[in-house]
Amino acid sequence: MTNHYIDFRNADVILNMGGNVAENHPVSFKWIQAARDKGAVFIHVDPRFTRTSAKADIFVRLRSGTDIAFLGGMIKYILDNKLYDEFYVKNYTNASFVVNPKYSFDDGLFSGYDPTKRAYDASTWALEKDENGISKRDMTLQHELCVFQLLRKHFSRYTLQKVTEITGTPEEDLTKVYKAYGATGAPDKVGTELYAMGWCQHTVGVQNIRAMCIVQSLLGNMGIAGGGINALRGESNVQGSTDAGLLYNVWPAYLPTPQAHLTTLADYNKTTPTSKDPRSVNWWKNRPKYAASYLKSVFGNKAAKENDFGYSWLPKLDQGQDASWLYLFDEMYKGTFTGFFAWGMNPACSGAHAGKVRQAMTKLDWMVNVNLFDNETGSFWKGPGMNPKKIRTEVFQLPCAASMEKEGSISNSGRWMQWRYKATNPPGVARPDGDIIYELFNKVRALYEKGKGVFPEPILNLKWDYETNGHFGIHKVAKEINGYFLEDIPEHPADKKAYKKGTLVPSFVYLLDDGRTSCGSWIYSASYTEAGNMAARRKKTDPTGLGLYPEWAWAWPVNRRIIYNRASVDLDGNPRDPNRPLLKWDAAGKQWVGDVPDNAVPPMGTDGAYPFIMKPDGVASLFGPGLKDGPFPEHYEPLECPIEKNVMSNQRISPVIKIFEEGLDKFATCDPRYPFVCSTYRVTEHWQTGVLTRWLPWLIEAEPQMFCEMSLELARLKEISNGDKVIVETSRGKVWAVAIVTSRLKPFNIAGNIVHQIGIPWHYGWIHPKDGGESANLLTPTIGDPNTMIPESKAFMANVKKITQQPAKRTTRS
Amino acid sequence: MKITRRTFLKISGATAVGTWIGGLGFDLSWAEVYAQELRIKGAKETTTICCYCSVGCGIIVHTNAHGKVINSEGDPDHPINEGALCAKGSALYQIAVNENRLQKVLYRAPYSNTWRGVTWEWALDKIAANIKKSRDASFMEKNAKGQVVNRTNGIASVGSAALDNEECWLYSKFLRSLGIIYIEHQARI
Repeated sequence: MTNHYIDFRNADVILNMGGNVAENHPVSFKWIQAARDKGAVFIHVDPRFTRTSAKADIFVRLRSGTDIAFLGGMIKYILDNKLYDEFYVKNYTNASFVVNPKYSFDDGLFSGYDPTKRAYDASTWALEKDENGISKRDMTLQHELCVFQLLRKHFSRYTLQKVTEITGTPEEDLTKVYKAYGATGAPDKVGTELYAMGWCQHTVGVQNIRAMCIVQSLLGNMGIAGGGINALRGESNVQGSTDAGLLYNVWPAYLPTPQAHLTTLADYNKTTPTSKDPRSVNWWKNRPKYAASYLKSVFGNKAAKENDFGYSWLPKLDQGQDASWLYLFDEMYKGTFTGFFAWGMNPACSGAHAGKVRQAMTKLDWMVNVNLFDNETGSFWKGPGMNPKKIRTEVFQLPCAASMEKEGSISNSGRWMQWRYKATNPPGVARPDGDIIYELFNKVRALYEKGKGVFPEPILNLKWDYETNGHFGIHKVAKEINGYFLEDIPEHPADKKAYKKGTLVPSFVYLLDDGRTSCGSWIYSASYTEAGNMAARRKKTDPTGLGLYPEWAWAWPVNRRIIYNRASVDLDGNPRDPNRPLLKWDAAGKQWVGDVPDNAVPPMGTDGAYPFIMKPDGVASLFGPGLKDGPFPEHYEPLECPIEKNVMSNQRISPVIKIFEEGLDKFATCDPRYPFVCSTYRVTEHWQTGVLTRWLPWLIEAEPQMFCEMSLELARLKEISNGDKVIVETSRGKVWAVAIVTSRLKPFNIAGNIVHQIGIPWHYGWIHPKDGGESANLLTPTIGDPNTMIPESKAFMANVKKITQQPAKRTTRS
Repeated sequence: MKITRRTFLKISGATAVGTWIGGLGFDLSWAEVYAQELRIKGAKETTTICCYCSVGCGIIVHTNAHGKVINSEGDPDHPINEGALCAKGSALYQIAVNENRLQKVLYRAPYSNTWRGVTWEWALDKIAANIKKSRDASFMEKNAKGQVVNRTNGIASVGSAALDNEECWLYSKFLRSLGIIYIEHQARI
């Protein structure tokens, strides 16, 4: 999230598209309601009428997988009707930037496409630079190659008629939403967007979000109280775990994982983003300080300038290597791995194409499964269709402590890092995950100390001194993440003050690239300082009156509650919206008042810098040349879709998605055997694969088993009645479900054809309860977004049929 | 007082009846007050944050003199939820008090059809030995192009957004020190 949950109350218009906030983030609805109580308009756009829709002022339907068409039409509407915020667009976005004349777009393909590689050479998407290396701009926005004109041209194709053909949303419904949301282009109006996996889990997931970023940037809604792009993430600490680098492509705090061609730390540092524009802060220029400080937190005293701070001890990817989820399980299926950790995860139910995932596990020599409850992953060897006598995988199932049985912090979607305390002991011999990790590594190290082992340096040199009174000490790790001064610094370059060796750094501003500081995760620096544990704070002051609560817990970075917040002021530093004064420049005191400013430079009108400090150009990207599938979003059909021809172009599916074609991977598009669009989703009473909810009597009683929602029209067509047991089937698998026949779903008219949509929750699994049903992911395909490789679980093709009752056995008389 | 499911229903039932009869002119609010007092009398309060979705609601966990969880409820002082909780957050109590929780270290030997209970010491020793064996057998110092990669190709990991920040950071450090590159978790799916 750029903003945070309480901030929803500051919006004039709230759009929930790509999510179901009332059912999946129920308590946050309090703040939507608070906005509505003050007159805000709440819009829900979704394939299905949910409890969110029931509370919406405007609800409109669209077919799963057509959000870019819907938003493309909105961008066109905003431009055609001049609803955009002209000051903001000119000053705070790249609308005025001039693009390489070789850039083009034709029939669904951007320039630079190589069909043999199914990839783009993005060099023609570059922004033009002048002789000083600064981006060329035309502040009149008239240059035919400026971003604004290219944007207009690209989205002029998204007419109401075409959008309706693709999405199935009637034209009057489109206009209703476009008009209501477009109204937030006025400087004193603000709109926010709340999305979840309904946007991410598509082969165009990133571009769904990009399309909305364009809308928000045109309307001047970024960096504003009540605005922003807000991902409602699914897990209590998925923000924190992402921040901690538990993904193949990032070290903690989004430092890129080194690739093999970057032999030395100096090579790695050469890839640091640069800008020659003196008005661009380009915060990522500080990356070398964060990388050196991270390596110091990993290898301690063993990391020295002479050995590149241990840079070569950490593993490197091959150049361009993708080791993300779908590849990981593809490799496991091929037998690449002997060992596997499923730590606090249940991939046998959560992974797309779960049937393949379960088969892949049979190829392992050993698996470690850490969880609170038994689950389909740890017990895969005795699951449906498995013969334990033929499965060699050794499995260790380790019991761990629950959240209230240990101490530590988690980070919510609004980047609030909040401390939790231990209330009770874990049951039996269960132990906190941290204790298990700590001890397991000690044992591995002991083996390498004792006997010969391959390349023992990273293991022997690892800084692993987190013991307090004979036990693993979580506060020591929290401090390591914040960072230390490792030497006395008599006059720090940041503020000319003296700092003592062994003290905690006040923030990442104090980190150095020469080994004199350590920091485990630069964005968390300032969370645990000499002033104490910031995440544990519980003071409810609210100086701005906007609900920022700056002394409640702590938010990364540096306790900034709304990021890019300098985009909320004019060139003199005055709030553009006097009703929501997030930040104001105090000229006399030469300081900002309000939220922690997104970089404390003076206002742009004096001597300041652009507000989007994490972007090399300092402005929001209407044109985004950094992605694999194009600088502008474009509608492509899902890999599995109900129509032969993309209404927008001759490219039916995204031209750059990776197609897995071997083994168990199968797909069926426009196949009469699988005629219905299917989406997976969640219910309030369950969570993810259900490991932490199916075993709770109160929750399983409320939602006891797998169901399939379908329209009255489809039920009639398939002769299914409410409550019938049905089979939902794709080319990859089938699951049974109880039919819920409901007017919450309705057929769509897609380019003249009737298209039915069905929906199923993904909380169930064979292990418990016994008659609860199976995982919806047995149906979903191995296909991902080209940028993130997040699987397309929200739009695939399925069939649904009633389980035919066996005719009663006829007794024959002899 | 131990709250079983039955007594919980009695208490909540009494509340519902009280409201209904209240509408008829009787005041049974004392029943609610009495029930409330019994439930958390003398209990210790510990604050936590909900373990389910990412809203970050505050919850108070009540424990009795033996350290056993006897109740959990929304933290009224928390600025995000102001005491409110959804169905899952309200059920947090049943994560702490649940006979289905894993309480033993379990081991499934190759080709076996059952779990058997083992000690932490035994399991962690064996896992460590497995890690070393897999790592040593699959370690790649240089790739096909001759570039130094120093990585373990034969081990993968998924998880976890269910861990605390400090544990996530420690786990990431642990995996990378072993040379593992196939590191993924919930954020990808």
